[in-house]
Amino acid sequence: MSSRRLLHCVWSESEEMAVQDWQVQLALESRFENIELVQVVLDDSLRRLECDEDTRYWIGIAVREALANAIKHGNRQDPEKRVEVKLEIEDSDLVVRIVDEGSGFDPSLIENPLDEENLLKPNGRGIFYMGKFMDEIRYNFRPSGGTELILRKRIAPMPSSSEDTEEVVE
Amino acid sequence: MKIGTREREGVTILDPKGKITIGSGDVALRDSVRGALDSGATKILINLEHVSTIDSSGIGELVAAFTTVSNRGGSLKLSNLSPKVTDILQITQLITVFQVEDSEEAALSAF
Repeated sequence: MSSRRLLHCVWSESEEMAVQDWQVQLALESRFENIELVQVVLDDSLRRLECDEDTRYWIGIAVREALANAIKHGNRQDPEKRVEVKLEIEDSDLVVRIVDEGSGFDPSLIENPLDEENLLKPNGRGIFYMGKFMDEIRYNFRPSGGTELILRKRIAPMPSSSEDTEEVVE
Repeated sequence: MKIGTREREGVTILDPKGKITIGSGDVALRDSVRGALDSGATKILINLEHVSTIDSSGIGELVAAFTTVSNRGGSLKLSNLSPKVTDILQITQLITVFQVEDSEEAALSAF
């Protein structure tokens, strides 16, 4: 079995669709290598949305951090556990939803990496970067288990295009 | 990611290429710094000219390298940062912690 595995990918877009109907969904095994797959899909999506290079780069960093947290802290790098990713447009915002199967955490316990006592710690900057590069980050801790992270970023409207594809990679 | 190692004017220079990100580049960087220290290096320059992307794990490895080298009485500097890598360090106020030089020549002169 390949060490890098995209379980499921759905790209929904058509000429007749409104911008709000565009979305991409991915389901991944909890492996760091899969972050690169999401980056490729994300960057391609943002190009289609006519985002400039800087915007694509910083959104990419934020999503990279979110996925790393979902895989490392949420799913404890258990490849049997999935990370689900959904990209869509809501009111000119790019919305990225990332769901893991972890038990969640208390956001109030997250330390500020800019505090003097934290400045030279090797960890603890991921959520900080997400907050800097996105307009909004929000966590939903599901009662049944699993954590949903929602990242929002205002971007330019999506141009029309025509393509409907669904792909399953095993 | 592969990280080349070379010597110049008594300084061990590490040349990472690509991404220093979780699960690959971060581990390679840690191993390279450890290897340099194990070989007796006390002056280490990390040339970031060919690093396109660095995430919080990569930043964490740079911080760990800085503190490890400093604790052993050595000196670690960074050079040739891209504007985006510079931004990443500035946002977390690490640009003032690391000794950053614009070029390899400037870094070598600063040791």
